[in-house]
Amino acid sequence: MAGHIKLSELPKGASATVRDYPKSGGSLLRLREMGVLPGTVVTFVRAAPLGDPIEIKVRGYHLTLRKSEADHVVVEPI
Amino acid sequence: MDPQSSPAAHARAPVYAVVGNPNSGKSTLFNALTGLKQKVGNYPGVTVEKKVGTAYSQHGQPLTVIDLPGTYSLAARSPDEAVTRDVLLGRRSETPMPDRILCIVDASNLERSLYLVHQILDLCRPVILVLNMMDLAARSGLNVRAARLEKELGIPVIPCEAVNGKGVIEVKLAMSRAELPLPRHAWNVPQAIASAVSELQASLADNDAKLPLSARAEALLLLTDRDSIQVSGSTPLSPQTAAILTGWQRRWEREGTDWSSILVQARYDAIGKLTTQVVLRTPTGPSASDRIDAVVTHPVWGWIVLGGVMALMFLSIFTLAEYPMNWIDARVAGLGNWVRHSFPEGALRDLTTDGAIAGVGSVLVFLPQILILFFFIGLLENTGYMARAAFIMDRLMSRVGLNGRSFIPLLSSYACAIPGIMATRTIEDEKDRLTTILVAPLMSCSARLPVYLMMIAALVPGDRVPLLTKVGLMLLMYGLGTVGAFTFAWFFKKTLLKGKPPVMIMELPPYRLPGLKDVGLHMLERAVVFVRNAGTVILAISIVLWFLAAFPRAPEGAPAGQQLADSFAGRAGRVLEPALKPIGFDWRIGIGLISSFAAREVFVSSTAIVFNASHSGKGADAEAAPLRTALRDARWPDGRALFTPLVCLVLMIYYVFAMQCMGTVAVVKRETNSWRWPAFQIAYMTGTAWVLSLIVYQSGRALGF
Repeated sequence: MAGHIKLSELPKGASATVRDYPKSGGSLLRLREMGVLPGTVVTFVRAAPLGDPIEIKVRGYHLTLRKSEADHVVVEPI
Repeated sequence: MDPQSSPAAHARAPVYAVVGNPNSGKSTLFNALTGLKQKVGNYPGVTVEKKVGTAYSQHGQPLTVIDLPGTYSLAARSPDEAVTRDVLLGRRSETPMPDRILCIVDASNLERSLYLVHQILDLCRPVILVLNMMDLAARSGLNVRAARLEKELGIPVIPCEAVNGKGVIEVKLAMSRAELPLPRHAWNVPQAIASAVSELQASLADNDAKLPLSARAEALLLLTDRDSIQVSGSTPLSPQTAAILTGWQRRWEREGTDWSSILVQARYDAIGKLTTQVVLRTPTGPSASDRIDAVVTHPVWGWIVLGGVMALMFLSIFTLAEYPMNWIDARVAGLGNWVRHSFPEGALRDLTTDGAIAGVGSVLVFLPQILILFFFIGLLENTGYMARAAFIMDRLMSRVGLNGRSFIPLLSSYACAIPGIMATRTIEDEKDRLTTILVAPLMSCSARLPVYLMMIAALVPGDRVPLLTKVGLMLLMYGLGTVGAFTFAWFFKKTLLKGKPPVMIMELPPYRLPGLKDVGLHMLERAVVFVRNAGTVILAISIVLWFLAAFPRAPEGAPAGQQLADSFAGRAGRVLEPALKPIGFDWRIGIGLISSFAAREVFVSSTAIVFNASHSGKGADAEAAPLRTALRDARWPDGRALFTPLVCLVLMIYYVFAMQCMGTVAVVKRETNSWRWPAFQIAYMTGTAWVLSLIVYQSGRALGF
């Protein structure tokens, strides 16, 4: 999986395509339902002032999630 | 005319349910449709707010409108969302299954919004789709073609700007239509799970008495809703259907099929096809919201903005609230006097004046503060800043196991715990919410201020208390309460309310100008809920406290202090003295503790009565003597001074922790739907207060203070 990184490691302002995603546990299912799916393009907007949580842009809206959740999402930078 | 979809054919008013994502403008639309004709209550058995209103059709026919809690999906993750799901599916006995569904979406965020719509269309019920925030969509370069969407879905689609009332008439017109088409909603359930869906559908129809059409929707829902939240008042699944479901889940787990993801993916694929036809995009630069966020969530500016907003909030509470508070104080006193002069002397009159009026008045006086807080909380929610505050504070709150959503409720509790506790409804996770409710009253509220001030005055010798001492002691008390609140939050999350790992998946909605009508309505509605629900409990406790202080009756002409000393409260104070002595209090302070269970600031007035009068030898002089002198003159029977600096400090510490507020008790009862939690809260808070007081007093004594 060359070039694949965690969503939480994406640099600020960079966009990436979601690739892999563990089998849905409770909170990850909600992340899917919010539109973060394999193949979806996400943009890392910023981290909160204390570094966590992070803000991403997906399907035209802004979503925050904790780094511990973003760690599970594997993305491929564009 | 099909009688099923004709409102006129129903004996009762047709029931509409308003459903939508959080921040979609759902409540604004609900307010616009129903105006002030709303009723707020709880769904029985759960602490989920039930809002029902009446709207009128074009022909003046009344329509019942239920405002369901906002959700992103019918696969519920919180009790609020479970109620939305269950009402829509007709699973709740006390709420009629809606005849028609009014689905509201944020047009500037159509793709994600249509996920919920997609699930709702499965229900095969008449649906009206309201495309809200069309102005916002246009500004972000989106041309949403409502007519095309209407054609694709086969249901009425109405563009709307609920905040300024545009499109509301059109929504009402659609609601007034005698017949509504059922959605044309053909989508192929993915192959991998199709046979499971049909099997479940058949079982739901046969064993759970579901209508054939909605059985399919339920079958689909069962597959995404697997760690489904059950709330009381909802019918459980039949054993046959449950067995089929577990059978399939086992099989898929063996095969490695991620069935719920397949379903979500299939829905988004269908939505994607739809939106490419319906939405035309023109690229635009960063939106106003993006530019605001660059400042508001900036590592440096973000803190300054947050601090500024909070400072403004507290400044308004403490400056603006003063006038109406004095006014209420005067009115309550006036009413008491009027009753005293207009009615014959007797226990009934005293019950009315000293019990009901004075007791309820002691809580009512905080109503202006509570209203201003509700106003600010409504404003923060309405503009979208609330989510930013949660975003900024999440990291800090996560240290004690909470999430950013607990921040505003806890902060509001510095003014008054009542609105803080009522604002915890925005916390999705039930355990987080309960933890926040339990610790919120530890934040030093404004009712503690008079107690702190009195004790600081008694503690520091000399007529003028140096400002620095005053401020220092004050800060110490606020700090103590804050540390206490976070320590207990951490402790409860580790033990009593241990939950799943925290989740913080939250939308940051675009900033909006607040709809002042909505904020005002929100404020009024919260106030009514507080007065109506807490009112009875507060009245009952007031009367009990009055009875304790007024009986048995002292002989005619005895001073007020004498009456109080000989009353049940006085006797209770004496009975409690063995427990109070180790923390340096005598029975007279005990009376103050008992009577200030009504509200903390009552301690000041009851202490004034009990101590001024205890020097009965001085007669009228004692009455006139300032409270400070009276406190300084108070002695133990052996002649030692009662209010030593150490005792004053201990009393302050006691008041930081002890649960001395019947308004809070009443609100916690309402918000947790049981007496168990308020009882626990009284026990743990007052217990902590006693233990800490004991430690401080005894170590102080040992050190020679």
